[in-house]
Amino acid sequence: MAWIVFISLAVLTIGGALGVVVTRNVVHAALALLVSLIAVAGIYLVLFAEFLALVQVLIYGGAIIIVLMFAIMLTRNADYPRITDNKQWPLAALAALAFLGVLAPSFIINRVEDTQSQNSSLEGIGESLFTTWAVPFEIASLVLLVALIGAIIIARSDEEKG
Amino acid sequence: MVDLVWFQLLSAVLFVIGLYGVMSRRSAVLIIMSIELMLNAVNINLIAAASHMEGTGNFSNFDGQLIAIFIITVAAAEVGLALAVILRMFRNKSTVNVDEINLMKW
Repeated sequence: MAWIVFISLAVLTIGGALGVVVTRNVVHAALALLVSLIAVAGIYLVLFAEFLALVQVLIYGGAIIIVLMFAIMLTRNADYPRITDNKQWPLAALAALAFLGVLAPSFIINRVEDTQSQNSSLEGIGESLFTTWAVPFEIASLVLLVALIGAIIIARSDEEKG
Repeated sequence: MVDLVWFQLLSAVLFVIGLYGVMSRRSAVLIIMSIELMLNAVNINLIAAASHMEGTGNFSNFDGQLIAIFIITVAAAEVGLALAVILRMFRNKSTVNVDEINLMKW
């Protein structure tokens, strides 16, 4: 049962990812990315990480896709939505496949003895987040604040400065 | 039950697809999307390892999931900043193709 779910989600993930890097239409690329990200949320459910699946759907499906759609719409010009690859794409494919050729055997050769995947409680995540990981948590909120203020300052138009 | 190595292989394939996208696309928006794919591949790897291992020593089995949460946070901040930079780029050069932004090319 878990295998059927895993294989169908893996096909969706990889299919969506291929759609992102292959399609000629930039809006289709964003929608393919959405399919891939939601399928990754399903993969988290297979791994019993239900909080992460929730976060994935909310942040990626809700926020990041919308922001990318804004980026697409606000930078529209004549040659949009048709997009082109650069001239080095065969070399890029070769380099990517070579990297996979290093990565996949290293995972297969160095297989670790794994235990049964187990249910992770929400309380455990919360407790760990606010004890062991309290300082990184605060730094993460600072990073978000700085990034958003920086984004506003970079993106606002010159006339408003004064 | 699905073994850990299958999740690792899935994440490797996803990472490589994102790597290809970063290297072959011209539009900055599509490069950002490919980077998101790579970050997701790393997250799958972390969460798979976290949920297949008992916590040992100083590590509990929530640490992998929490690092994944921090990666998602940084990805959200990155996309917000990237939107701002892409907008500014488009306003100055009226293109988002990264090979036409060659002002600092020597």
